[in-house]
Amino acid sequence: MTLIVDTWTVFRRYFAKSVSSIPYMGVSLAQPVLYLVLFAPLLKSVSSVPGFPGGGAYNVFVPGLLVQLGLFSATSGGWSLIAEVKAGVIERMRVTPSSRVALLLGRTLRDVAMLIVQAGLIVGAAVPLGLSLRLPGVLLAFVLMALIALLMASVSYAAALLLRDENTFGAIVFSATLPVLLLSGVLLPMTLAPQWLQNVSAFNPLLYAVEAQRALFANNIGDVNVVKGFVAIGGLAIVTVVAASRSFGRAVA
Amino acid sequence: MCYIPHMDHTPAPRPAIRAIGLRRTFKARHGEVEAVAGIDLTVNQAEIFGFLGPNGAGKTTTLRMLSTLLPPTGGEALVAGYDLRRAPQRVREHIGYVGQAGGTDHSVTGRAELVFQGRLYHLPARTARRRADELLETFDLQGIADRNIGTYSGGQRRRLDIALGLVHRPDLLFLDEPTTGLDPQSRARMWDEVRSLHVAGTTVFLTTHYLEEADALCDRLAIIDRGRIVAGGTPDELKRAIAGDVIVLGVDGQASAALDVLSAQPFIRDHDPLTPDASSIRVYVDHGESSMPAIFRVLEAGGIVLKTVAMSRPSLDDVFLRETGRSLREEAA
Repeated sequence: MTLIVDTWTVFRRYFAKSVSSIPYMGVSLAQPVLYLVLFAPLLKSVSSVPGFPGGGAYNVFVPGLLVQLGLFSATSGGWSLIAEVKAGVIERMRVTPSSRVALLLGRTLRDVAMLIVQAGLIVGAAVPLGLSLRLPGVLLAFVLMALIALLMASVSYAAALLLRDENTFGAIVFSATLPVLLLSGVLLPMTLAPQWLQNVSAFNPLLYAVEAQRALFANNIGDVNVVKGFVAIGGLAIVTVVAASRSFGRAVA
Repeated sequence: MCYIPHMDHTPAPRPAIRAIGLRRTFKARHGEVEAVAGIDLTVNQAEIFGFLGPNGAGKTTTLRMLSTLLPPTGGEALVAGYDLRRAPQRVREHIGYVGQAGGTDHSVTGRAELVFQGRLYHLPARTARRRADELLETFDLQGIADRNIGTYSGGQRRRLDIALGLVHRPDLLFLDEPTTGLDPQSRARMWDEVRSLHVAGTTVFLTTHYLEEADALCDRLAIIDRGRIVAGGTPDELKRAIAGDVIVLGVDGQASAALDVLSAQPFIRDHDPLTPDASSIRVYVDHGESSMPAIFRVLEAGGIVLKTVAMSRPSLDDVFLRETGRSLREEAA
């Protein structure tokens, strides 16, 4: 019970903080739409290449863009955590009787909420461009989206608590996200890749997320890729949330 | 100087803090570093207790252990009546902690931080808002309550930090370097705030590397150096343990004669060597106030004319110098 109340308290603080920051909201909302407007037209001409999945350019591209958004925006949470550790904000919270898990979970759920808002915006903007939405596929896609955000934010927080330094954190995030992104088939489908690259990408959980999202946007909810996506992302999300909370509960220097 | 009587308090049935053999080691590249090397400590209820030492002496590490932020490597402690190891949650409910960095988020308002802090202490929403109002008034922050903390001055921010530590009316408040980086005016103001907490019956445990602060503010203090407590007591006791009081006597051409008669007296503990052409002598006594009349009598009986007299107390820096062989002023500089 305390866990739920405390999580809600922490969530509300961070959510209010995000919403009240106009530059933050501006960038958060403009960025995904910008990707959509600038990148999708390129895809139109590629979509006729053999090996490109069917279903129309937007139904291939938007699910991938959502996963990319999850990868990029949720990982940025670590920066703010490092700054707060350094400013003593986290210490101040940890000395209260509030639940340790809630202190991290509340802010993680803020990241999830922000991502869902951004995802909604992209989907909304893509419909007039040619994205087709069918229920219940699109709803499940948003559930999966939330799990991706939970996973990525927890990974980000765990890394931040481990590294404790913005510069190191930045270097690692930048060098890690690009290969993960390329090997997830977000930008170009992995079906276009040579066999060895496809073998490597099989170890990338986001590949399953992308394939599951594409199946869901095609409303193939019984597709085996949907099951794979939920199992891979859901399982990892549980592991990373627990790991990040435990590391948060221990000493924060 | 530093005592505000607190008569409305009955003697404490149990100490606010009792620590035995508290120890903390950190793993470093070359083996282990002992940040706190086993300290014993008793802090009475409703006193201002100071932890004086140079940077890196182990002050903050001790404070973080006592406030549940850092698990001790060894030893035990009762804090606010609860076992630090077995009941950290109960300890947290009864203590307030204000870290060195303060711990406010500069992009939110002072009021929002106070209300949020109250909620973290599980106050109901309405109580948390009312408590925030009270604290804003107590610490004279109403005028800026709804501005972002980033716009506050150093002194205002520090007052807010302390208000945050008091949201749940703790019995015991930890203050880590409460006045470091403040201008003299804000520092004096902060001292007043700490004293009024004391009057209200809150036990205050503070760390400082300012001698003046320890002297002016604390009922009792412990001097810590390299992870060990090297001396403890009231500021006056500590100073007296060193050299008693210093009395400087202006006796014009009669310095040698004056020293002869005075050094025969049992209450003169020591004196500085006589320099040629000296017009004054320095003697050390246990209690300056009570020794002075006797000194006057002895000098008069010896036919020596006393022109001037001055008494000074040894400073805490002398205490630190004697216990550690180093000057705290040099360390701080």
